[in-house]
Amino acid sequence: MIEHSAKRRAGRYIGFALALILAGVGTAPAATFKLLNVSYDPTRELYEEYNKAFAAYWKGKTGDTVIVNQSHGGSGKQARSVIDGLEADVVTLALAYDVDALANQGGLIPKNWQTRLPNNSTPYTSTIVFLVRKGNPKNIRDWNDLARPGIAVITPSPKTSGGARWNYLAAWAWALSQPGGNDAAAEAFVKKLYHNVPVLDSGARGATVTFVERGIGDVLLAWENEAYLAIKELGPAKFDIVAPSLSIVAEPPVSVVDQNVDEHGTRKVAEEYLKYLYSPQGQEIVARHFYRPRDPHVAAEHAAQFASIARLVTIDAVFGGWAKAQATHFADHGTFDRIYGQ
Amino acid sequence: MATPAAAIELNSLRRRSPRRVLPGFGLTLGYTMLYLSLLVLIPLSAVFIRSLGAGWGHFWDVVTDRRVLAALRLSFGASMMAALINVVFGLVVAWVLVRYTFPLKRLVDASVDLPFALPTAVAGIALTALYAPGGWLGVRLLSMGIKVAFTPLGVIVALTFIGLPFVVRTLQPVLEDLDNEVEQAAATLGASALQAFVRVILPALWPALLTGFALAFARAVGEYGSVIFIAGNMPMKSEIAPLLIVTKLEQYDYAGATAIAVVMLVASFSLMLAINALQHWALTRHGGR
Repeated sequence: MIEHSAKRRAGRYIGFALALILAGVGTAPAATFKLLNVSYDPTRELYEEYNKAFAAYWKGKTGDTVIVNQSHGGSGKQARSVIDGLEADVVTLALAYDVDALANQGGLIPKNWQTRLPNNSTPYTSTIVFLVRKGNPKNIRDWNDLARPGIAVITPSPKTSGGARWNYLAAWAWALSQPGGNDAAAEAFVKKLYHNVPVLDSGARGATVTFVERGIGDVLLAWENEAYLAIKELGPAKFDIVAPSLSIVAEPPVSVVDQNVDEHGTRKVAEEYLKYLYSPQGQEIVARHFYRPRDPHVAAEHAAQFASIARLVTIDAVFGGWAKAQATHFADHGTFDRIYGQ
Repeated sequence: MATPAAAIELNSLRRRSPRRVLPGFGLTLGYTMLYLSLLVLIPLSAVFIRSLGAGWGHFWDVVTDRRVLAALRLSFGASMMAALINVVFGLVVAWVLVRYTFPLKRLVDASVDLPFALPTAVAGIALTALYAPGGWLGVRLLSMGIKVAFTPLGVIVALTFIGLPFVVRTLQPVLEDLDNEVEQAAATLGASALQAFVRVILPALWPALLTGFALAFARAVGEYGSVIFIAGNMPMKSEIAPLLIVTKLEQYDYAGATAIAVVMLVASFSLMLAINALQHWALTRHGGR
């Protein structure tokens, strides 16, 4: 009986101590948070640097330690892993369609996730440019050159690669913008372009290997950040970047995974992790990795390092958003299947 | 596993079979069933259930789609070709490794296992580098008008590569047990070399050859990693069925993806059953090993 009440008293002290900590009274010990950021392939280096910067910022602000773990892979595969139970606190994927799947298929986040952060929840953008052999021997200047006979274009299949869908849509948007451009003309143009594609790799990395290592093709359709990274790593002696007259704003969005952060008790730090991407410091890191920052000041500072493209269009303006673009172009029996004679 | 019916079945089996030296039939059979259920049967039944997630209509639309049919034809056709090639050349390799001694034989023997050990993506990248139009072999073949990489031929090359050890390793022990006295006996009885091979050796090897073929074929049908690099993945031409499964998953069409999987599963299983039956027939007919 005595033992019992002693235990109860001890319990009361612990409860009191906990209440103090929760209320933030006294000197609460610093906590350690773990976040899992599930991302797509080419962001590896970007988030490596960003995670360190955020951990330092958060430590300075709250005294808490944040350890951010990364997972990289094809965007669609990553989204499926999260739906199937990979406990991501945040996702930073290649296209909104894959984040939409977390809402539609998994019910892990609310359907209006894209309105929760500025700029369609896209803290940085990229665009589609052409990577050509040094000196541009085939004189490729714009999209119409890609449909010329005798040009070999390397781009992954938009059916399996999320990133490649931006390539396809950029080509389509260019054709629409031409005099007399309509959907039929665009489909005919894209069909001619894909007629020049000798290999449909299943992912962006595979396509880069085909073009860079295998030496196949005259032009690689690539994300701007990947193209600059390739040149930075392989040296400017081998490739040139060609900026087409029109391209699409590739928007890789970010979101907190509500169900998981609520379970882990990491909502606050996860939200701050994404918000810090929009800060001048975050934007600076983003720009260093060849993504286009949203912040106008940072963008102006780094303007020289990006391809100058006369016209950049968005998927919302030209295609009415991802859900519609996916259904029209990339679903079974969509325009992409049609151009391959289905 | 301990239902009354099963218990009766076990008892009658015990009664019929002669006394065993080692006990434990019930326990090991129970364990086998549990193990198979957890690893094979339950996951596979989940595939069947999931494939009907969007109804019969969707299932039927997916599996009768022209593109899916073309991919299934390629997957099964190329796997069949690759397994046949392996049966012929795997037999030669096994024969050489068993019957002759030569320098570095151990090394050659060990290298047969490499396709087992190598990550398949590495194999795919290496084969593509070799057979691509600019590759070391690709250039020479192209000058002869043969394109390998990014055609169905490339698919066969990759599948042959990964299937080789299955045939060699199945044949080796059988060949080792096959005394070369049988050939000598055939020769003293007046058989030519060809007759000795066709009428004496080959019949003894049939069951093992069939097993090797079945294993190599089964391995090839499900192969993904090495093939996608060398296939070129052109719709209707060089697109394998497992790639279409990935394509469907990319669209979050789980039902469609599993529908293709079910077709592959049923087709593979039927073929395996047929091969087993053939093997049984070969065994009883030749009374061999």
